[in-house]
Amino acid sequence: MQGPAASVRAVGGKGVLVGSRRERASGGGQGGPCRVAFVELPDGLVAVVKRDCPTCVLVEPVLRRLGAAVWCQDDPTWFDHEDTDLELSYRLGIETVPTLLRRENGAETARTVGWSRTQWEALTGVAGLGEGLPEHRPGCGSLSVDPFRIDALEARYGGSGLTSRRVELADLEDEHEALFDRGWTDGLPVVPPTPERVVRMLRGTTRDPQEVVAVVPPDLVACTVEKVAVNAVMAGCLPEHLPVVLAAVEAAAAEEFALHGLLATTYFSGPVVIVNGPVAARIGMNSGVNALGQGNRANATIGRALQLVVRNVGGGRPGEVDRATLGNPGKVTFCFAEREQDSPFAPLAADRGVSGDAVTVFAGSGVQPVVDQLSRDPESLARTFAACLRVNAHPKLPMAFDAMLVVSPEHGRVLREAGWDRARLLAELDGLLRLPAGELVRGAGGMAEGVPPGVAADELPKFRPGGLLVAHAGGDAGLFSAIVGGWVSGETGSVPVTREVRA
Amino acid sequence: MRTVLDPTGERQAPARALLPRPTSLQGRTVGLLDISKARGDVVLDRLAELLRADGAMVRRYRKPTFARVAPVDLRHEITEQCEVVIEALAD
Repeated sequence: MQGPAASVRAVGGKGVLVGSRRERASGGGQGGPCRVAFVELPDGLVAVVKRDCPTCVLVEPVLRRLGAAVWCQDDPTWFDHEDTDLELSYRLGIETVPTLLRRENGAETARTVGWSRTQWEALTGVAGLGEGLPEHRPGCGSLSVDPFRIDALEARYGGSGLTSRRVELADLEDEHEALFDRGWTDGLPVVPPTPERVVRMLRGTTRDPQEVVAVVPPDLVACTVEKVAVNAVMAGCLPEHLPVVLAAVEAAAAEEFALHGLLATTYFSGPVVIVNGPVAARIGMNSGVNALGQGNRANATIGRALQLVVRNVGGGRPGEVDRATLGNPGKVTFCFAEREQDSPFAPLAADRGVSGDAVTVFAGSGVQPVVDQLSRDPESLARTFAACLRVNAHPKLPMAFDAMLVVSPEHGRVLREAGWDRARLLAELDGLLRLPAGELVRGAGGMAEGVPPGVAADELPKFRPGGLLVAHAGGDAGLFSAIVGGWVSGETGSVPVTREVRA
Repeated sequence: MRTVLDPTGERQAPARALLPRPTSLQGRTVGLLDISKARGDVVLDRLAELLRADGAMVRRYRKPTFARVAPVDLRHEITEQCEVVIEALAD
């Protein structure tokens, strides 16, 4: 008995157009013909099978007897129709094979999965089906819900909602070279942001892909969750990193952070991202050994993603709006988690008003070591910190540049055992960093640089109020801390910004 | 065939031709914008002298801080009042 008419063809005929877009045939990378994937489903019985499924093999004679129109997922020669690109399976929401459908007037009226004689008989209205077969057999998983295929299918056929321009790379283009050629990288190779990778990345957030996260300078472009995801893919992020990247973009684009100026400045600085809360450990961030260094994917890619958003979405590129005289290596990526364990301090973000999962962005300029292997009391250690902080940018420039002091665990222990928290340390440093005006004036010490003569006060503070951040990070061993020099501070420059990380 | 998504803002900046350059500054209003960089005033003071000697009308403007973009009002003011602008940019 011949089954109802069914075809894979461009237009016309009765039935329902399931597909709606022109797609290249899979494997057509060598310029093969363009197959038109309008799949027109007939009325009557329709089945989806795969040959690798023993239950499908079991019911083959039944399907042939019924004259069902059968699409096979893995063997184009088995039945009349093939669905090796899984478009039909995806669009029909097939989760199990075999799936048997009944369609009337272009609409599905019944569906059953696996093999069950009673259910198949009820669906088809045909008695005595499958003589010699067991009463029932469960089916197998459809290839269209295979975790390794679902993202590509959703990107290709689904309502993924992706709106970014699709760029087709020529067959002879090396995909990595192609992205360099288009000016989209930071000088290192990026992961090509294919639609399926971006779909997968977007699974890391519950936010709508078209939600605007921030307006990104210098071009003042409204940046969507989707655009952040595209750049996060390129940076090498995993989906679970995306919420942190989104928070970092939000924070960096806050007006008081002055990202336009930070990008455009001739100074060294760029955004430094500090992550607090349980999210840091959950996504595998490093707050310990080599926390400011290389080797951790989350640290490296989150900071890189932020910089790629600035470059690609905002249009901020070195030599164009970015006029840095020297820059610093942290402008590729500079992101770490605060070591909250054993810390003498409350989490940095919590002290800044956001408890739990949060990012803080700071306009930072590279790392200056602080060595003190002998101080065992906090007063002595604080003097070391103050002496090293005094030279931030220039020893004769007060209140001009912010800084972040990253206290290591061994230095942190000295503070913790003495009961010094962040506020106590900052108060001590504030007292130690009151600089005699006479030493700062232009020409003093044989250096032209300095403050103009005629300063009324006898002393000037090195840092503006709030201009010194203190964090805790690093490996267990090493009586070393770090100063991350900042940029022009406060209302005339950049103010650090803290934002909650949302799912 | 491999497809990637455009990571940029997909902005298409309209191309606009530069205004014709004035052949002379005689009688023109020239705005001098100090972006508040150290010693920007030194160069602008000297420029103001030279421009006035050439018969130009000089107006002075100042950004609150070099680290942030010029306020919209300041940009409008300059646009309304000047025919030529010289900006003391960077160091």
